Amino acid sequence: MQTCTGKGDLEMKIMHKLKILLLTAVLFAPALVVSTATLASEKLHLERAPDVSGDKTALQNGARLFVNYCLSCHGASALRYNKLLELGLTEAQIMENLMFTTDKIGDPMTVAMAPADAKKWFGVAPPDLSLAARARATADGSGSDWLYTYLRGFYRDEARPTGWNNTVFANVGMPHILFDLQGEQVLGADGKPQLATPGKLSAEDYDKQVADLVGFLTWMSEPQAEFRKLLGVGVLIFLVLLFGFAYALKKEYWKDVH
Amino acid sequence: MSDQGKMDCGRRRLIVATATVGGVGVAATAVPFVASMLPSERAKAAGAPVEADISKLGPGQMMVVEWRGKPVWILRRTPEMLETLPQLNGELADPESTKQQQPKYCANAARAIKPELFVTIGICTHLGCSPSSKFKPGASEGMSADWKGGFLCPCHGSTFDFAGRVFKEKPAPTNLEIPPHRYLSDTRILIGEDTQGA
Amino acid sequence: MATNSNFEKYKSNGTLLGSVLEWIDARFPATSLWKAHLSEYYAPKNFNFWYYFGSLALLVLVIQVVTGIFLAMNYKPDAALNAAGLPFAFASVSYIMNDVDWGWLIRYMHSTGASAFFIVVYLHMFRGMLYGSYRKPRELIWIFGILIFLCLMAEAFMGYLLPWGQMSYWGAQVIVNLFSAIPLIGDPLSLWIRGDFVIGDATLNRFFAFHVIAVPLALIGLVVAHLLALHEVGSNNPDGIEIKKVTNEKGIPLDGIPFHPYYTVKDIVGVAVFLAFFSIVVFFVPEGGGYFLEYNNFFPADPMKTPEHIAPVWYFTPFYSMLRAMVWNFFWLEAKFWGVVAMGGGVAILALLPWLDRSPAKSIRYRGPIYKTLLAIFVFCFLVLGYLGTKVPGFYLFGYQPATNPDGSIIFNPLNYLLSGDLIAQAFTVYYFLFFLTMPWWSKIDKCKPVPERVTWK
Repeated sequence: MQTCTGKGDLEMKIMHKLKILLLTAVLFAPALVVSTATLASEKLHLERAPDVSGDKTALQNGARLFVNYCLSCHGASALRYNKLLELGLTEAQIMENLMFTTDKIGDPMTVAMAPADAKKWFGVAPPDLSLAARARATADGSGSDWLYTYLRGFYRDEARPTGWNNTVFANVGMPHILFDLQGEQVLGADGKPQLATPGKLSAEDYDKQVADLVGFLTWMSEPQAEFRKLLGVGVLIFLVLLFGFAYALKKEYWKDVH
Repeated sequence: MSDQGKMDCGRRRLIVATATVGGVGVAATAVPFVASMLPSERAKAAGAPVEADISKLGPGQMMVVEWRGKPVWILRRTPEMLETLPQLNGELADPESTKQQQPKYCANAARAIKPELFVTIGICTHLGCSPSSKFKPGASEGMSADWKGGFLCPCHGSTFDFAGRVFKEKPAPTNLEIPPHRYLSDTRILIGEDTQGA
Repeated sequence: MATNSNFEKYKSNGTLLGSVLEWIDARFPATSLWKAHLSEYYAPKNFNFWYYFGSLALLVLVIQVVTGIFLAMNYKPDAALNAAGLPFAFASVSYIMNDVDWGWLIRYMHSTGASAFFIVVYLHMFRGMLYGSYRKPRELIWIFGILIFLCLMAEAFMGYLLPWGQMSYWGAQVIVNLFSAIPLIGDPLSLWIRGDFVIGDATLNRFFAFHVIAVPLALIGLVVAHLLALHEVGSNNPDGIEIKKVTNEKGIPLDGIPFHPYYTVKDIVGVAVFLAFFSIVVFFVPEGGGYFLEYNNFFPADPMKTPEHIAPVWYFTPFYSMLRAMVWNFFWLEAKFWGVVAMGGGVAILALLPWLDRSPAKSIRYRGPIYKTLLAIFVFCFLVLGYLGTKVPGFYLFGYQPATNPDGSIIFNPLNYLLSGDLIAQAFTVYYFLFFLTMPWWSKIDKCKPVPERVTWK
């Protein structure tokens, strides 16, 4: 096989070194990313959102919370009501519990309030939340983590016009919509919010509700995500098969080449 | 080297196998692309069944509702209009409605669930124009003197009777199409969905 | 082997298909094209791993064109706001993702394809540097290649505006403003490019037109020219020698094998492996960790609010670093102008490579230690420049922060300089250019090994 004996050895050694150097360089970049992610000073401390993606009951509960608490101001215009069928809800359940009577099952989940009016009333129009769970991702954590921390991070701040502020979204425009459930938090001396007045739910139950709501927002940001992964497995199995045949065919032809 | 020619069996088998697997892959990849051109969720939502309130529709009056971007006519036929139907059978291309232009429950003499209420898609089966109403018998609306009332397509002159049946020797090949529909109550019709729906 | 262009016409074997082929071949050079470019195009038999990326680049081009056509069927280049308060363009991407059957797959293939294109093309270019594929007589192939690379950058840049997210908007804002650095005509030029005082609906529409029609046409034309030029002179190989020098009595290179079937079957293997990597991204990590689809781009464009941290997509970042590295005013021209010069020059200088390289050996296998060392450093610098381009100015490596006195002044520490991203980017930018500019000198004195007559197996 080796037709260039002698000089081949040294050359291979150098090539080998070059490859190692290249490889090191390639590996170096992600290492830097990791090191900065752990050391950067202005890092947000995000709590990890529990993963409820496989839990239909939790997602249904999240949908209910979203419709009851969020949908009066925030749209989810990329999602149609009938998509909720994929969460295991029936058409009748969706129409009775989650929709306004004027909506049709194929309509997108939009807000009745016109964005221009909303801007007049609130200063900023409440953003559409269709993609919030993807947009809020940072090096500090996933978008779900951000939302989970955000919805648990409201505290009383009399300096704000709404009376509320937030640990991850400083000077947030939205008041604490879920305060009847969580109660009121105040900022402690350590910079962490502490519960001052309890709400309807215990801290544990509140976290569970927020996890469900965030789970729903995450599902909504890419409803086909589960199917995508499932299909991916099938595609990879197919490609392994194709590779097997193609490699055998290549071997077969290349045995002619000397 | 390719001219060495001796294509042995193993090689041939591998070519066929690889080509088959690759072909299946290409075909499977084509499916999403072809399917993406089908009506989207938005189009389907826009094409959802529509409700029509016929409580204010008087005898001899016609209303138009939009379903899937097409005009759907709802005509409350008078007894006089209904009487014209059997008289015309000899002049029509398909008087018995044998061609599949209507749901089974409308394949009757009046082409309707309830004889007085005629529901049809107001699109000529020739090339897609919307025929105009020529309800008055005789020549008063520019028709021939023996005209008994019906519809005239302005584009190529096809004529239809009060049941949307096309006259003989006209360009339109079939009767007007009747969409699936059902009665939600005496005064409300759901167009686009029949009893199989929820 | 285009010199060998007088192929015999196809003769029917009597079957119907044979007769049809004969009829066609008498009127269209089907046999000639097939033979000249595939079955009798003799490629060196010693192609290695690095030689997959040419055919893979062609594959990605096809993926991008096909998925692009289907995306264009549903995308709307419109910056106006819809009833839900979202720009139509942004909402039409959501529409593709959620409402169009399989739209999500087509979109992810296109977005992943953009990054895959650059990965494959960067590796393809690096192959050229490893084995001296740009050297005489292949200078034009290389130039066409650089033009393809430029088109690709234009295509990617304009395509990135279309989703009309925050990164789309502000990225375009920054890059278009670069043109205003050009003396005298700069400001009117960037106004003309935008067609508005800021990036707006007019910009979106014209970028769409360029992205789907103009640039792809140029790109495909250049790819054809690239391949025709390649087939005119024949492929280089990992030994960097001309296989045409040693031929048999029929004029066929002894070290050549017909591209078809040998490299077609080999490339199918490469395609299967590539598609596996491609599918892993498309199906499991379509965002590519925020590098392929930037998270901020899931926010709709907001001309009133710049995201805290904007960086171009990863494939532009090495050149973006060079842009930012220029902070000095030279002569009467401001730093901004020199930044643009550095960025443009960083690409343009690649085109001069065939004339900068004076080494007697083409392939790295027979080149001396100077080239091997300098090339390794070059690659390292390029990667680090790319990494730094994704970071904010004033960034320090390894999470380092200079210590400060109570009054805010910085305490001296050599690490303040050694770990400063800005300084490293400047140093590496200088290295990038010196690597090329001094090449005529060091490539000549480098101690090369004797180049063999015939190709070798690795």
